[in-house]
Amino acid sequence: MGLRITDLTKCFGGLTAVAGFNLELGDRDLQGIIGPNGAGKTTVFNLITGVYAPDRGQIQLGDHTVSGLPSDAIARAGIARTFQNIRLFAQMTVLDNITMALHARAGYGLWEAAFRTGNFLRQEARLLAESREHLARFGLLDRQREQAGSLPYGEQRRLEIARALATGPKVLLLDEPAAGMNPREVEELIQLIQQVHRDFSLAILLIEHQLPVVMELCREVQVLDFGETIASGAPQEVVRNPLVIEAYLGEEEAPA
Amino acid sequence: MSTQPQPEHTAPPPEPGQSKVRFWMVCALILALALPLQLSVDAGLFPDVLNPYYLHLLTIIGMNIILVASLNLLNGYLGEFALGHAGFMAVGAYTAALLATKALPSAAALPPVLGTCIILVVTLGGAMLMAAGVGYLIGLVTFKTVGDYLAIITLGFNMIIVNAIQNMDFVGGPRGFTGIPKNTNFLAVAVCALLTLGLLRNLIQSSFGRVWVSIRENAIAAELMGVSIARAKNWAFTIAAAFAGLAGGLWAQNQQFITPRSFDYIKTTEILVMLYLGGMASLSGSILGVVAYTLLMELLRNLLSTFAPQLAEWRMLISPLILIIIMLTRQTGLLGNREWRWLRPRQGA
Repeated sequence: MGLRITDLTKCFGGLTAVAGFNLELGDRDLQGIIGPNGAGKTTVFNLITGVYAPDRGQIQLGDHTVSGLPSDAIARAGIARTFQNIRLFAQMTVLDNITMALHARAGYGLWEAAFRTGNFLRQEARLLAESREHLARFGLLDRQREQAGSLPYGEQRRLEIARALATGPKVLLLDEPAAGMNPREVEELIQLIQQVHRDFSLAILLIEHQLPVVMELCREVQVLDFGETIASGAPQEVVRNPLVIEAYLGEEEAPA
Repeated sequence: MSTQPQPEHTAPPPEPGQSKVRFWMVCALILALALPLQLSVDAGLFPDVLNPYYLHLLTIIGMNIILVASLNLLNGYLGEFALGHAGFMAVGAYTAALLATKALPSAAALPPVLGTCIILVVTLGGAMLMAAGVGYLIGLVTFKTVGDYLAIITLGFNMIIVNAIQNMDFVGGPRGFTGIPKNTNFLAVAVCALLTLGLLRNLIQSSFGRVWVSIRENAIAAELMGVSIARAKNWAFTIAAAFAGLAGGLWAQNQQFITPRSFDYIKTTEILVMLYLGGMASLSGSILGVVAYTLLMELLRNLLSTFAPQLAEWRMLISPLILIIIMLTRQTGLLGNREWRWLRPRQGA
């Protein structure tokens, strides 16, 4: 069982950013959330990952209720995410970005690290090997010693997804991964997400502004507008829904 | 106001090659030089060449390295702006002084070398534990804030610690703590400084260090990678406080006389100047910054007292001036974000 969200609601002052959001994300599902700017998509992610506390509603990961937990606990429970504006550890090396993500499985304590005990050295060698293997899967191994901030944009996106996956999540949240990409990069990204979905045993929830990405990747999407779900279903049907067209293109003006 | 200038870092990627010189070799070399040096000065050999004043300078440098390197953990690697380091030094100094005078027999009553070693381990261990405890408690409160607020709070705690000691009669209050036995010498300080550098280096080059730096780089991302930010920061704070306490314990048993005022924000500022001069997030920088600053100040003192005694007090203008010049011209300091090769540990297989 993946992620189940019921009646998720969040208000900022008088503004209802998310109203009664529901989601059933199966074990290996790949679903999308689309909607115009300011529709509340990123707020949904921020609620799921505990950046904001929901005003109402419940978020369940498997049998555990994660709503109300602090962000780090939610992350350790198995929800990883990427950000609309990439948040890498820019001055750390590409390799360290990944190795850092393995911190919860470091397998040594403070004293062992301080005195570089045998166990520390073994575990650290394991962490490095795992990180390099992980980087190789994403085609970033030859970049391992470069600073993450110096990578080209597309590779930064890839590294951010790789880093999120390094924590071994059950659910991966991708926040507008195609933002700011050119068509060729978008094509690579779609392949990458398909590959991740195939190779890793996890569920993916994708926010996207660009309809083609969602159309190609997701079997089911929800459309948010002003915090409310105005449509859901297969992407091909959803985009023909008059409510969705209205939300995206604006209301047709009444003839004067 | 941004307390933490974010300069354009152009640190080169670390070279894959490893230096043939290892950290332990440098330690061995320094100790091999320190031991005969200490013994010769103690024995009063070659008084013209081996002036005890030089040894005193080296001792100061050693203690300052401990202070600056441990503050670097917070201000450089963790990326917070802590302003209360001298407060933890005070806790360590007074703890060690109390242990040495009230709790332990004098070194004379114990076997010569071993006795001093035992006294040092107990007093310095006590100093570190006490400072770490105080640091942990203060950290619990402090790390609810970041940035400017954290700077103000740590500064406030520094003042509280100094004022509290001033009002404690059993440690001499504002008159200071006198009659502390001289249990440390250059050799002990050198051992402690090398140990500090080694332990800090090991921690920084571990999962703990990577987590600290990741918090500096992007706290939100680190948190969403499962890092408990408050916990990780408090570990760093506690460790840094412990080493500040160590420096304080050494200081007390070297100077033999301490007053609360020697640990006020002026001392904190001095540590900061050395830290920024050497460079953030670099232990090599901390070493270089301390050596450069200490030698510069001593040189100025000697020059001024010889050639222009009426200007002697102007010496103290130099350190804030250095800080201003660094911030204006080279925000990374002498060695910001770079490490001498021998200070980098061997990478895992």
